[in-house]
Amino acid sequence: MIERVTVVERIMDANDRLAQANLTRLDQAGVVAVNLMASPGAGKTSLIERTLDALGGQLRVAVIDGDIATSLDAERAAAAGARAVQINTGGQCHLDSSMLQQALDQLPLAELDLLIIENVGNLICPSGFQLGAHHAVLVASVPEGDDKPYKYPGMYRGVNALILNKVDLLPYVPFNLDYFRQGVEVLNPGLEFLPLSCQTGEGLESWMSWLRARLPGVGR
Amino acid sequence: MHELSVTQKLLELALDRAQRAGGGRIRRLHVVIGELSSMIDDSVAFYWDLISQGTAAEGAQLTFERVAAELGCQQCGCRYQLKASKLTCPDCGSTSVSILAGDELLLQSIDLVRVAKPEKTGGRQP
Repeated sequence: MIERVTVVERIMDANDRLAQANLTRLDQAGVVAVNLMASPGAGKTSLIERTLDALGGQLRVAVIDGDIATSLDAERAAAAGARAVQINTGGQCHLDSSMLQQALDQLPLAELDLLIIENVGNLICPSGFQLGAHHAVLVASVPEGDDKPYKYPGMYRGVNALILNKVDLLPYVPFNLDYFRQGVEVLNPGLEFLPLSCQTGEGLESWMSWLRARLPGVGR
Repeated sequence: MHELSVTQKLLELALDRAQRAGGGRIRRLHVVIGELSSMIDDSVAFYWDLISQGTAAEGAQLTFERVAAELGCQQCGCRYQLKASKLTCPDCGSTSVSILAGDELLLQSIDLVRVAKPEKTGGRQP
């Protein structure tokens, strides 16, 4: 005889519970964590380099790099002065909360102020997996085109701040900023919008102000 | 590609709930997938057959209920379906809209077949 058992539970619930445990662990250690997400080539690693440079050693920063196979990004973060931990996802297109948990095990959390998590370059999968970071930041970029909020609504809905990188290319690339922002406004009303260029440095100060405001008691 | 991870979570959840319900073989899973959750049914089904092998859910059928993305305008109150190129309200153009449906990713229920336990009085247990 077949018996139906009602479950009605979100399939990602177990992942989200572990994410909550990661967040608690970071809170107890006094570390603020930022989950950086973007498509490949949007400029996540460049933004991390610029950010470390702007912090100028004021903070104790670690970078966790999610990458399918290489350690190129972690090497760049280490060269820029951060403790770097590489997570090779072995073909997986995103980080999840258990991968973050393992990476946290490799870091001296009590000796850190800021943790930057560089997610795998991808606009679909990472949005479905909570990690346990305090802030989720999406790095969009001008050459990707202005239709990305419409094509990847899940990603745009789940973040606390939106960077638009490579604004120095706006004069050369068809990109309707109004259309882009209209899509963002529908998906994520009032989302913090930070246009900048890691190449020219334009707009970086606004990003740094946003970040510093989220780091209580440090960087004064 | 994230279908593999999600399918693993689905298997873990189903096995856990079957256990809590007293155990047995899982014959069917009812899964609700919203349009905004970016999940491909065929891909989930493909991974399911691979990873459920050797578990109490081996051979179980997956039944998918798709939920279309539906938006509601907070200005004029109209409800509309998501179109890829336009998110604003089709009637009044407002950007003040909320997502009413479409981001579900749920295990709704499982169908279990009880495995007969040895009778207590049967004396077949050592």
